[in-house]
Amino acid sequence: MSLLSNTATLLGKELRTEFRSRELLTTTVVFILVVLILFSFAISPTTEESREFGPGLLWLAILFAASLMLQPCFLREQSNDTLSSLRLAVDDPFAIFLAKLIANTLFLLLTEVLMLPLFAVFYNIAILPKLHYLLLVLFLGSFGISVAGTALSAISAQARMRELLLPLLLLPLLTPILVVSATVSVSLLDREPIVQWQGIAFLAIFDLVFLTALWLFGEYLLEE
Amino acid sequence: MGATKTTVVTSPTLSPTGLRFENIDKRFGGLYALRRVSLEIAPGECVVLAGRNGSGKTTLLRVAARIVRPTAGKLSFPGASSESAGSGRPGYVAHTTMVYDELSAEENLVLFARLQGVPQPAARAEELLREVGLYERRASLVRTFSRGMRQRIAIARALVHRPSVLLFDEPATGLDPLGISWLAKSLSEVNCGGCTVVMSLHGESEISALATRAVQLDAGSVVADTNSGASLHSILTFGGA
Repeated sequence: MSLLSNTATLLGKELRTEFRSRELLTTTVVFILVVLILFSFAISPTTEESREFGPGLLWLAILFAASLMLQPCFLREQSNDTLSSLRLAVDDPFAIFLAKLIANTLFLLLTEVLMLPLFAVFYNIAILPKLHYLLLVLFLGSFGISVAGTALSAISAQARMRELLLPLLLLPLLTPILVVSATVSVSLLDREPIVQWQGIAFLAIFDLVFLTALWLFGEYLLEE
Repeated sequence: MGATKTTVVTSPTLSPTGLRFENIDKRFGGLYALRRVSLEIAPGECVVLAGRNGSGKTTLLRVAARIVRPTAGKLSFPGASSESAGSGRPGYVAHTTMVYDELSAEENLVLFARLQGVPQPAARAEELLREVGLYERRASLVRTFSRGMRQRIAIARALVHRPSVLLFDEPATGLDPLGISWLAKSLSEVNCGGCTVVMSLHGESEISALATRAVQLDAGSVVADTNSGASLHSILTFGGA
């Protein structure tokens, strides 16, 4: 009960501070938009090429944008040592992670939902036929990126060269999720769409494994 | 201004809680910040930690606040009814404010009150804002506050859950003389109400006058521990030199 109520309170704080400053959302939306537009001009894709390359580019843009978004996640708790006050205040430090994880996933999903129509237009891809499955893949992929990214953000925030450390740790770790998400998305956006349940199951298992690891070892990541 | 009015800011039904450090070591890499520190602080005591910069005062307070895990040794809170209960957690004021600049003073206090399960968090926040003299600025973002106002909100955050142990790291930093008087009165009240107070200070002031005991640290070790008037004066005057 305490975990859930503390998570809800902290999530409210995360959403309030972000919607007040709009630092993360603006950066992420602009980044994904620029990448999608640049690539659409650079490769001038036909519909067939778009189906093949588009989802990969979309996931690559999401991954890089996520690494930008995740960087300040714990870093901005450092300036006033608010992480210490949170650790003093909550019974279970997992609430701190859970709130940040949910907030990061929500921000990432919001960005993706805003970008999807533009992606469909720029890459001339019909996303509506399998939209519900595409949204499921986006959710599982974004959640996986957020779980791993939130944990690594906590580690990198306390290290020297913290700006470099997060992408260095994050990108190799998220390669499997990037490959699977892109592959499943390609199948969904194909002329004859197929739902790759194995890929979706892999994403769900990846999310579950990292969430469990965060729950078990998260406390140690917050120690000085 | 809060300096003109003080009320009891902790619970009148406080369970008296002390602090016990047993052979505490804290090492950062190869550097010992604390070395075999053993201290017994009785419930309701008001203790001043003195010592030069880098002597280990802040680390000792952070260990006591359970923000830093000691490398060796044991920390306990004799008399604490339940460590997980709100008042069982120490209230801690650090060098930084430990509040969010992007939130208003009221939002910060309500946030920390909710996290610690304080009943009626909004009412408690309002009570504290009046207490620290920031009620008129309750809706202002903390980033717009002056240094002294930030210190007041930091103190209010530490008091929000009516702790039975207060740990203050140089609490007078940034406060004007009126603010220092207010803090001294407030600390005196909470101490009289049974709250154990441990604070690090440099030099003598209205706040140090509350101390019933002084502990001097040097290079991470306790080098003096006294509750007699003359020695206490000597440690406070020269301990931080």
